[in-house]
Amino acid sequence: MWKYLVPFGLFVALGAFLYVGLYRDPRYVPSPLIGKPAPEFSLPSLQDAAYPVSSKELIGQPWVLNVWGTWCGGCRAEHETLLAISQQKVVPIVGLNWKDDNAAAQQWLRDLGNPYAAVAEDREGRTAIDWGVYGAPETFLIGPDGIVLYKHIAPMTIEDWNKEFLPRIQAARASKGNQS
Amino acid sequence: MTKALHALLVALVVAWSGQALAIDTERAFDDPVLQTRYENLNRELRCLVCQNQTIADSNAPLASDLRREVREMIAAGKTDAEIRTFMIDRYGDFVLYRPRMTAGNFLLWGAPVLLLAIGIFAVVRVVRRRATEADIDPAGPEAGQS
Repeated sequence: MWKYLVPFGLFVALGAFLYVGLYRDPRYVPSPLIGKPAPEFSLPSLQDAAYPVSSKELIGQPWVLNVWGTWCGGCRAEHETLLAISQQKVVPIVGLNWKDDNAAAQQWLRDLGNPYAAVAEDREGRTAIDWGVYGAPETFLIGPDGIVLYKHIAPMTIEDWNKEFLPRIQAARASKGNQS
Repeated sequence: MTKALHALLVALVVAWSGQALAIDTERAFDDPVLQTRYENLNRELRCLVCQNQTIADSNAPLASDLRREVREMIAAGKTDAEIRTFMIDRYGDFVLYRPRMTAGNFLLWGAPVLLLAIGIFAVVRVVRRRATEADIDPAGPEAGQS
């Protein structure tokens, strides 16, 4: 009896693994940054290079980093969602303008509306590498203690925001309230 | 017909290799030792935008940025291990074309050894059983037929 059950069991287990593997998206690469301190940056502001946008100023509150560029089609698709999120005024959204043309990026914000509390200009793409960015748009959630809580890859929808970001923001605020 | 197909295939392969050679033709270092390290590292780091290419093969902007990082770190005197760690810290193990052994993938590394052990065990059992069967019943059906 066992002679037949064991190979059959192994076959079913292997089949299950391969079946799950069929539907996994190889383009989604899990970020090693989750649960680790967010990489620091201090970059010129897109609108005025004299004013730096620094990650240190954001410590003490949850915030969102959105990586975008005018060359990125997915970013245009996502823009409506970002505007809706900024209307909620839950957390500041900081933009990381990745390897873009300054004038084109400013024009984009004038034409489509500006959801960002501040936009850092990463002309050379070094900060993006520090954050492990490999394709825009990518959106990070950072906790009040500066720890990366979540990363969303690909254009974000309002459903993604409600399901993945809002509960984490509430949890981060609650645990911070308990500590102080 | 086959000849035409052959010619087409050869033409495709040649065209393809030309494209591969065109990327990053500039020498990064005058020192041949550093240049070799640079080329080897580029050949084992994955370009995450175009996932089945190394950063040496890819002309994606990200690949060129990552080549720049590698070049600068070599120039700054970093070791190959330090450069790999830099990439893993940011992009995870997936960035390596030659994966490390970690707690998460030890089964994958151990699977060949494990399967070989199971195979040897099975062979030994079967051979032994046949041997004892032959001892007990020398005039069994198989012996009788021969």
